Amino acid sequence: MSFALANTIGAVFAAPVRWLAASIDAPLRLWQRLTGKGGMIAFFLMPNIIVFGTFVIIPLFINFAYSVTGGNELFLTDRSFVGTQHFDRLLTCDNHFDPSSCRDDLFWTAVWNTARFVVVQVTTIAIVAMGTALILNSKIPARGFWRAVFFFPVLLSPVVVGLIWRWILQRQGLLNFVMIEMDLTPVNWLIERDWAFVAAVGVSVWAHVGFYALILLAGLQAIPRDLYEAAEMDGTRPARVFFRITLPLLWPNLLVVIVLALIRAVQIFDEVYVLTGGGPGTSTLYLTQYIYEIGFASILRNPGLASAASLMMGGVLIVLTLGQLGLQRWRDRA
Amino acid sequence: MSRIATFLTRRRGDGGRWHWTDVVTWLWLGAGLILMFGPAIWLVLSSFKTPAQLAEFPPTILPYVSETVAVTLNGETRNLPLYDVILSDGSADQLAELRRVGTVAQMIDPADPETVIKVPITDRRPVREVGFAWDNYLKPLEAFNFGQYLYNSVFVTVTATIITLITNSMAAFALSKYEFRGRNAVLLIIVATLMIPLSVNLVPLYSVISTLGLQNTLWGVILPTVATPTGVFLLRQYMLTIPDELIEAARMDKASEWQIYYRIVLPLTAPALAVLAIFSVVWRWNDFLWPLIVLSRKELFTLQVGLNTFAGELNVQWHYILAMTVATMIPVVIVFVFLQRFITTGIAGTGLK
Repeated sequence: MSFALANTIGAVFAAPVRWLAASIDAPLRLWQRLTGKGGMIAFFLMPNIIVFGTFVIIPLFINFAYSVTGGNELFLTDRSFVGTQHFDRLLTCDNHFDPSSCRDDLFWTAVWNTARFVVVQVTTIAIVAMGTALILNSKIPARGFWRAVFFFPVLLSPVVVGLIWRWILQRQGLLNFVMIEMDLTPVNWLIERDWAFVAAVGVSVWAHVGFYALILLAGLQAIPRDLYEAAEMDGTRPARVFFRITLPLLWPNLLVVIVLALIRAVQIFDEVYVLTGGGPGTSTLYLTQYIYEIGFASILRNPGLASAASLMMGGVLIVLTLGQLGLQRWRDRA
Repeated sequence: MSRIATFLTRRRGDGGRWHWTDVVTWLWLGAGLILMFGPAIWLVLSSFKTPAQLAEFPPTILPYVSETVAVTLNGETRNLPLYDVILSDGSADQLAELRRVGTVAQMIDPADPETVIKVPITDRRPVREVGFAWDNYLKPLEAFNFGQYLYNSVFVTVTATIITLITNSMAAFALSKYEFRGRNAVLLIIVATLMIPLSVNLVPLYSVISTLGLQNTLWGVILPTVATPTGVFLLRQYMLTIPDELIEAARMDKASEWQIYYRIVLPLTAPALAVLAIFSVVWRWNDFLWPLIVLSRKELFTLQVGLNTFAGELNVQWHYILAMTVATMIPVVIVFVFLQRFITTGIAGTGLK
């Protein structure tokens, strides 16, 4: 049924595509005759190169230019050179562990908030995703359904996620009601600093854990069955099977998951911004929100400073991404 | 029925006895079911509640509406809310509220609207039944320009997906089916863009968009998102599996390179194109940070930006926000229900998200 449906949908899309493509065949044939294969390769690559160049590569260079120029102006020609002033401002601290001793206390608040968030969130994701993957890989009825259950929030938009939980976590919300029913003291989730942190971590784990569980599940399913059968025949205890077979063979996948989760956690913004707006105070202000507010929103608008901060975040992300690519290569070879 | 029961309670091993791991498994799955679906279901239920009901604590699970009764007073017919009332003599009755003064309500019997009975408000409870406040869904269409946001979101999603599919498949074709100098350099640049996510390029990207005059246009939202390296990679991996003999044969038959692309390679890449299309639709529908930066005129907001703006107002009108959140969620839920298998295998195979 789904194949017939897919074919029908495919045919519906294919007809106009074919017609449009056929209509530009004649000029392209001429182009091919004039420029040969090289011209056609250039033609096929051109749209993507233009888009990548304009919206990724050029902005990256502008980013460097911004970070060493000052003022509020948007256009580079109107900006004056200030050298490393932005980096100095961001990095000068009496004590880097105490944001209030820094020249840009907000930046360091965001840095340490993000660091704390990353550590707690990624650890939680790794543990919960691992547990979920192991359970989804065991003999349970209706496995497809259960996989879908854990995957469901992954597709929801961050704004929807943030609003759903803002509604549930508010003072007179569902969670506090459930807690009262269970004889627990209700909590002002989004108003108390520490609980807002817990909420931010919890909500982002809720939204993403299914994705990582899925990757781990694929890894678990790739482990050869006969290894387990051999272990069973030898009467190996389950704990030993886990630590001697499952974990070593799943390790590459687990590392990939951790690095992927790290890359995303460093950039956390959307759902937490909708959930808490960075508050209460600055207790859930993370790096991307800092860049967004300094770059666009706040009255302290300073694009150069935002660029300097985003370049530093970019440095961290490049290291992490290189790690991820290396790991993936290693995993796919192993 | 009993077969279903046997199926559902089937246990590992042959003893049919519960092992502690089974308990853990079912606790985990049960908790997962409640935690993962529960919040969305609560959202949907809440979205049908009236503002008064949303303010209630403890909350009711199902949405209720108060019953009203039509009463003719002095030749004028009015709809008055109905209450279960305990009268001063201890008897119970259903009365309609005429007006309320402080803690005392002036109520009338619908059957005999001439006599006004004074009742302390503590002695009465509104009569209500399960019902849906459809107004939550209908009012935002006019009050919040919801239709416009919906249009903007659909336009951005569809246009961005079409452009993504075209540009990415063309590039993937060139990078998989031709040998040329600089191919590895192009591939390397595309890999490099993986490392530069949007959040790093926010400020300069905005200046590029402004230079092009695209700030506060939907095209300013669409074009930067087309540059997803993941799409090129996904399609290229798939096209590498298409045998080159097919292409050689077509060249013998005097097919142009363009024809080879759209008549031979594209149809064979359909499964990968479908996966990319699904992902692109979900990505673009859910995009938030970039539209938030580019769009500052209200009539250009996408659903996500519009929702966030209304939820950020000082006096949050939760009954509208919740209904609009549900409406925003619906397309993704449809994708989830029908295409979940496609997506999950896509992720498991490629690590794409």
